[in-house]
Amino acid sequence: MDDKLIIGDREITSRLFIGTGKFPANRIIPDVVRMSGAQVVTVALRRIDFDSDDENMLKYIPKDCILMPNTSGARNAEEAVRIARLARALGCGNFIKIEVISDNRYLLPDNMETVRATEILAREGFTVLPYMSPDLMDARRLKDAGAAAVMPLGAPIGTNKGLKTREMIKILIDEIDIPVIVDAGIGKPSDACEAMELGAAAVLVNTAIATAGDPAVMAEAFAKAVIAGRKAFLSGMGPVKEYAEASSPLTGFLA
Amino acid sequence: MFITLNGKQTEVNDGISLTQLIRSKGLEPESIVIEYNRSILQREEWESVVLKENDKLEVLRFVGGG
Amino acid sequence: MSFYERYMEYKNFDFEGFFDRVTDRDIINIINKDRRLSELEFLMLLSQKAAKYLEPMAQKAKKLTLQNFGKVILLYTPMYLANYCVNQCVYCGFNITNSIKRKKLTLEEVEKEARAISSTGLRHILILTGESRKESPVGYIKDCVKILRRYFRSIAIEVYPLYENEYAELVEEGVDGITIYQEVYDEEKYKALHLKGPKRNYIYRLDAPERACRASMRNVNIGALLGLHDWRTEAFYTGLHADYLQNNYTDVEISISLPRIRPHFGSFIPDCIVEDRDLVQIMLSYRLFMPRAGITISTRESEKLRNNLIGLGVTKMSAASSTQVGGHTLCDKSDGQFDINDRRGVEEMRQMIYSKGYQPVFKDWQAI
Repeated sequence: MDDKLIIGDREITSRLFIGTGKFPANRIIPDVVRMSGAQVVTVALRRIDFDSDDENMLKYIPKDCILMPNTSGARNAEEAVRIARLARALGCGNFIKIEVISDNRYLLPDNMETVRATEILAREGFTVLPYMSPDLMDARRLKDAGAAAVMPLGAPIGTNKGLKTREMIKILIDEIDIPVIVDAGIGKPSDACEAMELGAAAVLVNTAIATAGDPAVMAEAFAKAVIAGRKAFLSGMGPVKEYAEASSPLTGFLA
Repeated sequence: MFITLNGKQTEVNDGISLTQLIRSKGLEPESIVIEYNRSILQREEWESVVLKENDKLEVLRFVGGG
Repeated sequence: MSFYERYMEYKNFDFEGFFDRVTDRDIINIINKDRRLSELEFLMLLSQKAAKYLEPMAQKAKKLTLQNFGKVILLYTPMYLANYCVNQCVYCGFNITNSIKRKKLTLEEVEKEARAISSTGLRHILILTGESRKESPVGYIKDCVKILRRYFRSIAIEVYPLYENEYAELVEEGVDGITIYQEVYDEEKYKALHLKGPKRNYIYRLDAPERACRASMRNVNIGALLGLHDWRTEAFYTGLHADYLQNNYTDVEISISLPRIRPHFGSFIPDCIVEDRDLVQIMLSYRLFMPRAGITISTRESEKLRNNLIGLGVTKMSAASSTQVGGHTLCDKSDGQFDINDRRGVEEMRQMIYSKGYQPVFKDWQAI
């Protein structure tokens, strides 16, 4: 069956995207990436610390992965644009995850600033994947602004609470015709499976893998969950409920 | 002379070039991006940049993130 | 961009083959689905197979209508301003070749009708004309609207297709709704039924609702004249058209009517029989496909049927209807466009709606 995921002009081979933050050590990342089967891997951009022995993150990410830098740290569109341009200048492709957060309590994204950043960066040829609060109007604006996909949160970053925004995500999937990638809040493989069953194009998982007892094994579990969910969605599910005849049928008058 | 490097006042040799500075810090060029006085430099441009007093440099690299 | 492109996508679609392959499980799953239905799922609801499931469809439709509209029915009445018409539509009483009494209301007569109608409590009016830019030009319609504005809170028009700027002019004058039926979506059948006159231009009419949306019309009401052509495909195209308009003009209230062809002056016999249960199936399918679309059933239908449709998806009904020009007041009326079936007046309709546990609404909003 032809079930391709196309983002920007790239064909993505895995519907599980993973993040590289919060890991106990960078050296386990290559194993995690391998076990997850992920092709898209997120990183962040930070200042070099000259006083310590800074590692090159790129060493830990296989060459055939698609790097997706995020604009974490940006509190408004201008900062996000600056970070995106810097990230691209590092020479690892033009995928960018826009993350504009000025809320330090819940780390909820600022949809308005995200739309503004998307407009600018899409025009500059970036493949823009904006992280957003699931709002249909904003998703439409992001699509019109040139986003290659939208990434609505399932629950606030790091909470592992699952798809708290389930109903809104369903609406986005039904109404927006660019890929909907659920990002943030996915705490268990079953959450990832559920997102895929709803019709999400992909999911992004970071905390749940990085902070698991055995991240590599958890990565494998997520990989399988995403495949299972996608297959279920493609096979066409539907609850099977038999209807009882009502005592006063509404259509009795037609007889 | 003094420049601002990643937000901190840092002493460097007079007339040092950017490439020399990077090498002296033991950094791999492919792993970093440099913003010079709020302008993003492409790697080919580094060689031609000679640092002056009060220049502002941001040197960034990828780290783990979600 | 035009709905015609969507229509063309289904030009060579094998509807028969598709309907043959629909299974019981398909229909049950569709009724149970708690998210937006796809186009093809909507099409399945119009299949022969789905006819077995009218009762569960009705239960779902009732629930959706309740959630989105409450226990409320909006009442309105049509006012025919003029029945001069240059078109030759084989199925219509106003057909240019029919020797009927032609009339156009003077502005005094318009005011008289308005006074009579508004004294019954109605505040929503639908004004109609035949197609004649000579006898009932946009200027005349505007003049009528100016008068009607003093008596009614919501004025909708059901006239010949206008240009976008003409719709905009009428919106500016106070018109907030438009009803325009494509009559037949099947292009070949359309050409066969509209023999002469501007109405022969299929695409110009097809694009009219979209022009109205672009002119900031608040309510756009469409429909196919059921009976003119195979009702399953015609209902499908109608739903598709409504969905297209809603997707592209998200802030417009889209609604659908289900006019079923009625006896009228002339000798036309409709191609397709639409039974009561077919009409119900169409209405339930529209409701399940577009839970927030308005649905109108006019006085073409019998008292009994109209009463039973309340709660199954209807949101708007006409009362005290007349399809004659001056029908509400004048002794010197014209001939009607079609025969009215449900002749109940406003008060009777009001009582009936209350008796069903619903509230009749006379005024939905007021433009300021």
